[in-house]
Amino acid sequence: MAVLVDKNTRLIVQGITGKEGTFHTLQMVDYGTNVVGGVTPGKGGTTHEGIPVFNTVADAVKETGANASVIYVPPAFAADAIMESADAGIALVVCITEGIPVADMIKAKEYLKGRNADIPVRNAEDADKNVRVPTRLIGPNCPGIISPGKCKIGIMPGHIHKEGRIGVVSRSGTLTYEAVGQLTALGLGQSTAIGIGGDPIIGTTHTDALKLFQADDETDAIIMIGEIGGTAEEDAAAYAKDNVIKPIVAFIAGQTAPPGRRMGHAGAIISGGKGTAEEKMKALSAAGIRVVQSPADIGQAITEVLGSKAAA
Amino acid sequence: MKIHEYQGKALLKEYGVPVPRSVVARTPEEAEAAAKELGTDVVVVKAQIHAGGRGKGGGVKLAKSPEEAKQVASEMLGMMLITHQTGPEGREVKTLLIEEGLPIDKEFYLGITLDRVTGRNTFMASSAGGMDIEKVAEETPELILKESIDPSVGLRPFQARKLAFGLGIPNDLVNQAAKFMLSLYDAYEKMDASLVEINPFLLTKDNRLIALDAKVNFDDNAMFRHKDYADLRDLDEEEPLEIEASKFDLNYIKLDGNIGCMVNGAGLAMATMDIIKLHGGEPANFLDVGGGASQERVEQAFRILLSDENVKAVLVNIFGGIVRTDMVANGVVAAAKNLGVSIPIIARLEGTNVEEGRRVLAESGIGIITAQGMTDAAEKAVAAANAQF
Repeated sequence: MAVLVDKNTRLIVQGITGKEGTFHTLQMVDYGTNVVGGVTPGKGGTTHEGIPVFNTVADAVKETGANASVIYVPPAFAADAIMESADAGIALVVCITEGIPVADMIKAKEYLKGRNADIPVRNAEDADKNVRVPTRLIGPNCPGIISPGKCKIGIMPGHIHKEGRIGVVSRSGTLTYEAVGQLTALGLGQSTAIGIGGDPIIGTTHTDALKLFQADDETDAIIMIGEIGGTAEEDAAAYAKDNVIKPIVAFIAGQTAPPGRRMGHAGAIISGGKGTAEEKMKALSAAGIRVVQSPADIGQAITEVLGSKAAA
Repeated sequence: MKIHEYQGKALLKEYGVPVPRSVVARTPEEAEAAAKELGTDVVVVKAQIHAGGRGKGGGVKLAKSPEEAKQVASEMLGMMLITHQTGPEGREVKTLLIEEGLPIDKEFYLGITLDRVTGRNTFMASSAGGMDIEKVAEETPELILKESIDPSVGLRPFQARKLAFGLGIPNDLVNQAAKFMLSLYDAYEKMDASLVEINPFLLTKDNRLIALDAKVNFDDNAMFRHKDYADLRDLDEEEPLEIEASKFDLNYIKLDGNIGCMVNGAGLAMATMDIIKLHGGEPANFLDVGGGASQERVEQAFRILLSDENVKAVLVNIFGGIVRTDMVANGVVAAAKNLGVSIPIIARLEGTNVEEGRRVLAESGIGIITAQGMTDAAEKAVAAANAQF
């Protein structure tokens, strides 16, 4: 059933009338995502590219029954957009925006704590019942999330993906495409690919994604792509050691990055001797995770870990 | 963004953080006049460069008279100051801070920065002041006290008192210390800083608490709220090619190797550097052309890559998502022609419209070496760079 997004996802777009918002909304609709509305303050009551526009997320939720939102608003307003979605009871908030001030994200993350959303139970017998789940944020500064063949939320190119049984989680955009491209070329499809973002403060972490993929009965193996900076990969390794049975292949970008320099992503920086690729790779290997040194070997390594699993 | 000590102290003073009296000097004569104006028996002459470890490198010296201050200043100005953070070539000293001498009783450490694990800011304090705090964290982590700051209420007075008592600050000075810390946090928050460090945080023999040094870094993402801070940027502290790249919104970091890299996306750019190294080569740079990767950006990127004379080959690695690879291919060809590129270009294109992109490169007539996959690209780039010697 993939994780987090599928055919039941009802998406609204925050910032739908902007240039980015418009372009990617059309791409998502093309892919088959159920975009039920958009939000641009002051443009409520109009339609944009055939999609109804609302003044507030609360209005959009009330009128459309949306359960997910994607944010394409400028950095200065993005944290507020995240909080507005959470307040309106949206279960899944995907923030694409790059360049949000850290101070704003500290507040947004705090705001999300303890907030919940009501979503329908996902089985036929209880379809009319609701379950209460914590509001989940993906990103910011991320490509989004896709369950190939079902739902695409974000800016990733849909056509490189293929429906299948490998879960992908990554801090980087194009490097995710690289991994997905390798899988698809080998005939291996993806259950869901999650870009969790390259900022120091993000919603969904590697550990969260591992948890989701382990519980998903349509995911057989997991690709985890990390990069220098922070300790999220080490935390994920510790979690995986005791809680994830499915095979994991990991790659860490930035093995050759100099310390003290921010490598593009705000979160990709080795500071105070912490957050090096070497430490992360060591922690992952120690947790029994297959770590590849070369980014070109990610797809091949998955066929190997799946092969050994089949043999066992 | 990093700023100088004298700039950081001036800002902190506005938020009520006590700092020593000081005067900025850019000539030996100004240093002499500054020492006279301060009027203390001893003044401290401090080199203003962004790197830490200045004391050990000879960038902080005492002077016991205005004449000596002038003498010390004439030696320090123009020198290449080498510290563990500057690299072997060092950094030229152009500005000095002349500061009043203070009677030191004890030295502490204070710092505020983001704790990525909790997603909150953390206030750190240590009795091991004046030392390299990273070393303290590694060897005696128990000497670092931490208070996590709840963003909804900010640093609370009780937390500041806890830290002050923990540092062993005398009871009658605890409230003064707490006030210092609260002012420091107020400055950190209002300035959108990513790091504020006071090392040492000084207790004088006459019972004053003062920021003897100040390191302030800003969150680049928040600079739209602080347009006035743009004046604080010191271009002398930055790599000229990186300044040039920043004008075109290109994310470029110069490295020491000879294979120029042009990649879209930060993660893929790092991974490209990694795979070059894995195949025995050395990347000359990190460069993310971004999601746009238009013809103009590609051309500017090429121009910057090629101005590094160490570059013996260029590896282009583009995974076209939203951006069409044939557009990128056209950009590469145009750039190579316009700039008269004479060194080998290895191009690996993948993604949207890749067939058309490869055809553009093949038919360009300028001998671009095409590659299939990242391994092939890295091998060809390393071979091409080595063949240039």
